[in-house]
Amino acid sequence: MCLAIPLKVIDIPSEGMAQVETDGVTIEVSSILTPDIKKGEYVLVHAGFIIEKLATKEANSRLELFKEIYERKN
Amino acid sequence: MNFSKKSMKEKIKVIKNLISTEIQKQNISNINLMEVCGTHTMAIAKYAIKSMLPTNINIISGPGCPVCVTAATDIEMGIELASRSETIIATFGDMIKVPGRKKTLSEFGNVKIIYSPLDALALAQNTPNKEIVLLGIGFETTTPLIAATMLQAQKSALNNFSVLSMNKTVPAALEVILSSSDCKINGLLLPGHVSAVTGRNYFDFLSKFNAAGVISGFGPLEIMESIYLLVKMFSERKKEVINNHPQFVTEEGNQTAMKILFSVFEDADVDWRGIGIIPHSGLAIRKEFAQYDAKKKFKLHTTRIENPPHCLCGNILMGKARPNDCKLFGKACTPANPIGPCMVSSEGTCAAYYKYYL
Repeated sequence: MCLAIPLKVIDIPSEGMAQVETDGVTIEVSSILTPDIKKGEYVLVHAGFIIEKLATKEANSRLELFKEIYERKN
Repeated sequence: MNFSKKSMKEKIKVIKNLISTEIQKQNISNINLMEVCGTHTMAIAKYAIKSMLPTNINIISGPGCPVCVTAATDIEMGIELASRSETIIATFGDMIKVPGRKKTLSEFGNVKIIYSPLDALALAQNTPNKEIVLLGIGFETTTPLIAATMLQAQKSALNNFSVLSMNKTVPAALEVILSSSDCKINGLLLPGHVSAVTGRNYFDFLSKFNAAGVISGFGPLEIMESIYLLVKMFSERKKEVINNHPQFVTEEGNQTAMKILFSVFEDADVDWRGIGIIPHSGLAIRKEFAQYDAKKKFKLHTTRIENPPHCLCGNILMGKARPNDCKLFGKACTPANPIGPCMVSSEGTCAAYYKYYL
């Protein structure tokens, strides 16, 4: 029920709306819950609305603990 | 970065070994972890997570499937509205097969399945001679969308649109489960998408109880990592709420969404399927929005309806029983002919057990 998917904002056609894209599929969704989104940002979409902006991958994608764990040899 | 060089399968193996080592090293005889969210229930079953864990880790399903926790009384109200000639019911798909006393919503021609609450609004605009009633189900992830849709209806001065609120919030139900005298839960796998809206700090209330929490994503690796963090906190006797979904979840969440939610809805005591009335666990439409409140608009009565006899959904939602404990499971109650809502919803615990474990 609380399914949500990450998508990229490719256009802001009008206030409160955003064109989002993944793998070449684009849809128009409401951005009323995230009024400050910008073109190029990644967002989480649930039932036709952006519910949150995503942190940039480089900055904040994993907990440091797990980065360290996966860097170990074994 | 080196860490990305390991494949997902290799990383899962690393975490699997860390979990086993921690259990052995700390001599943990038994640990009970509850996944709160229905999407986690399905993911755990689909990725066979339990088969990768030592047998002394018990994974128990919780109350996080919104359809499953919808009270029989609320289902009956939806059916009553569908029986009227002037209405069209707009709903997310899972609701239509939940049995009422005599019928299900799927038996009515005027029930439309929608993807977004905005589809219900479009329906109201396009069919001005009908009353469109949106069935408001969902937790903190979905309710801001419904609130935003109601604000849009107000802005467009639509007078043929209303919402039957069955919306609920997560914390009070968790408090009921964790404060029950026979609760054996040591840790909670917290919902990633609810947390994206509410923020990590929304779950700090858990420190009052004897349980740690980890906000988790829905992939197999993220779930395994989150289980590892819960086991580690258990052995270190820590009771923190860790955000293991940092790309999606911030400390504060989406405050705009939370403000919109609470501008339209207010805290209410509501009935949970099989659990009963839980104080401060639901959302009622504020009186300023009474014209969009289907309960008021259609003067719906709310006589409490009991759950079907022998159905264990209530205990299953509280983590006190497993589907196999229910006499009806897999016999009288199947996905094709469900009796309780845990079998109806694609994210219900019984549906997950039927599909993956039977």
